[in-house]
Amino acid sequence: MLSIIRERLRQGHRTGKFPQIEPQLPARFRGLPVLSQDLSPDQRQMAAASCPYAALMDHPQGLHVDLGRCLFCADCPAQQSGALTFSQDYRLAASRREDLCYSDAEYRLAESLNQRMLKLFGRSLKLRQVSAGGCNACEADLNVLGTLVYDLGRFGIQFVASPRHADGILVTGPVTKNMQSALLDTYAAIPAPKIVIASGACAINGGPFCHSSEAHQGIGDLLPIDLYIPGCPPHPYTALDALLRLLDKR
Amino acid sequence: MKASKVMRFRQGFSLPLAGLPLLNYASFQKSLAAEMAQNARVASYFGMPVTEGVEIYAILAHDWDGELALLRTRVKDSFASLTPQFPQLHLFERELAEEFGLRPEGHPWLKPVRFHQPWIDAADVWGRPKGEHPRAGDMEFYRVEGEEVHEVAVGPVHAGIIEPGHFRFQCHGEEVMHLEISLGFQHRGLEQMLVGGPHPTSLHQIETAAGDTSVGHVSAYAQVLENLAGIEAPPRALAIRALALELERLANHVGDIGGLATDVGFLPTASFCGRLRGDYLNLTAELCGSRFGRGLVRPGGVGFDFNPELLATFAARLPKFENETRGAIELCFDAPSVLARFEGTGKISADDAETLGLVGVAARACGLVRDARLHHPFGAWQGGFDTPVIEVDGDVAARGHVRRREIYASLALVNQILKRLPEGPVHQPVGPLAPHCLAVSLCEGWRGEVVHAAITDAQGRLARYKIVDPSFHNWSGLALVLRGQQISDFPLCNKSFNLSYCGFDL
Repeated sequence: MLSIIRERLRQGHRTGKFPQIEPQLPARFRGLPVLSQDLSPDQRQMAAASCPYAALMDHPQGLHVDLGRCLFCADCPAQQSGALTFSQDYRLAASRREDLCYSDAEYRLAESLNQRMLKLFGRSLKLRQVSAGGCNACEADLNVLGTLVYDLGRFGIQFVASPRHADGILVTGPVTKNMQSALLDTYAAIPAPKIVIASGACAINGGPFCHSSEAHQGIGDLLPIDLYIPGCPPHPYTALDALLRLLDKR
Repeated sequence: MKASKVMRFRQGFSLPLAGLPLLNYASFQKSLAAEMAQNARVASYFGMPVTEGVEIYAILAHDWDGELALLRTRVKDSFASLTPQFPQLHLFERELAEEFGLRPEGHPWLKPVRFHQPWIDAADVWGRPKGEHPRAGDMEFYRVEGEEVHEVAVGPVHAGIIEPGHFRFQCHGEEVMHLEISLGFQHRGLEQMLVGGPHPTSLHQIETAAGDTSVGHVSAYAQVLENLAGIEAPPRALAIRALALELERLANHVGDIGGLATDVGFLPTASFCGRLRGDYLNLTAELCGSRFGRGLVRPGGVGFDFNPELLATFAARLPKFENETRGAIELCFDAPSVLARFEGTGKISADDAETLGLVGVAARACGLVRDARLHHPFGAWQGGFDTPVIEVDGDVAARGHVRRREIYASLALVNQILKRLPEGPVHQPVGPLAPHCLAVSLCEGWRGEVVHAAITDAQGRLARYKIVDPSFHNWSGLALVLRGQQISDFPLCNKSFNLSYCGFDL
């Protein structure tokens, strides 16, 4: 018992001060892409063609990036050609699919739930997580939110075991054919009104598996999504920021 | 046995297909038995469709010779199952049945593996309707009949933030008589998507084969491509790969010990380790921007290099982490209440582990010396590796102790690598791949041996790419240790293996 107390004192208090204090992310962290605006039409076209996931689109108004498709690749060909750079901004969540596509205008971050939903869930949100073909990286970094560093519970948010106890569902993975019915059954078992969160590139648009014949391209055509959390996988602070925005706590 | 029937080689080379003996099935069977009699085990076993049926490649590991043996045969429609003789083949033969419609005659446990349609135009072995996607988990489960025997079905959706899988327990009261595990829910068709490649997307798909083993899988992939292109990554790149692999091991092992502590309700270690795991992941992110090592290992080398500031960051943080990690872990392995739950739970004998072909932590916990860094050295380990960790009890405690000691060993290795980081470039261009060749690579990921094999076509594109995650061997081990256990010990046993669903399902 004494050794436990001694070790507890030695390990110290480690819960982060988020959201009052912004997190310190590694210098090489790849966050919100910033598009270069002075590209010639040829350069734009080349950049758009270079992404194997079609995350870049060449519009007449300028180059657009779709954060729902972007995997934030370290060897991004558009980055190498100078068309974009990755900033340190970890805040990536959006409320609508179209908001994930942006160019030079300010990125439209997720909005909070409406007043009625906030009244219901603002102080206590219970989520059921379903992994539908993910690679376990999204799942691992969601599990991290439960550790003492992030301490999700202090915001009134909790992942629960049964869909019957949940106010919403958080989905990871592109939805493999083998998981589709289990996902829909879980969603159906959650009492209404309910929230749907697509976390990670796979759940939004299929991620690295968007061309697979064994998987869907995310949950977009299966469930009505309230919150999109981009990333492959999303950084824990990206996910935490997203959840707090949804509950009007940021 | 004539030596010419079996090709013996070490990893690191590509073999021209024309030089590989093609045996008839009877001779293949005989040669395989002879190799197995000389302490070989199955590292990989897969089919490749050809005009005249399907060719089967068997890749066997002779650990103490540091060699691999390759056997090849060709079959059509059906073949005599070797599973009764070598149970470690049971999933590999079921794969062949599912992928190519080949019937392994006499297979004692012929059930689907991942629930998908055949890859080639062949009749389904289970007679499921053609052109329709099979239903996951739709198979005959083993059942125990009798008074007061009951069945517990769990999954695919589990109670936590966990990947999906289905577990079917046959219980008598609390006691589990049999556990059957049915997976495939995460099947994304990975191997099929790699055919015709390497595509621009292939690397990211390999990185997400099992997202917690990104460094392990991409290292194996990079080695295969480098072998086929006939190049070697520069020494500094190999050192950085080795370092990243140990950081991956550290993060996951520390997390697993926290998980084991959680499952027996020992909360101090559970919460300390949860935080420390993140610290190791963040260290990987300092190196490459991603907590899971995405973007770090690249065919031909690595994508990121150390600079003096980064070396200073590592040097400042590592001793602190080591100190806190030791404190957190020793607390748990010192507590009689914890040891009472760990010891004797989920025991597997060395004989059973050998029969099932277990690898990695699970194998080393029952006295089997199996570590690719030692036996089949790759990358920086070609210079020697001398710290395999062995425990002999085969229970939850032993699997915990292997992790505990490997954490300390990995910390020492990381420091050693940082101290002796070679100078020079970290990347070399990978040229075209040799046509009509086969290459095999092994890499000791944190769960165990990751085996990748590739066969190229006439243009040097990937005609077949086979991935064996350590989980593929080890899930059978988990099913076996549950026999005779209380069902309430399942979470603890499960955590002590901590296997990958997506690495199995691909």
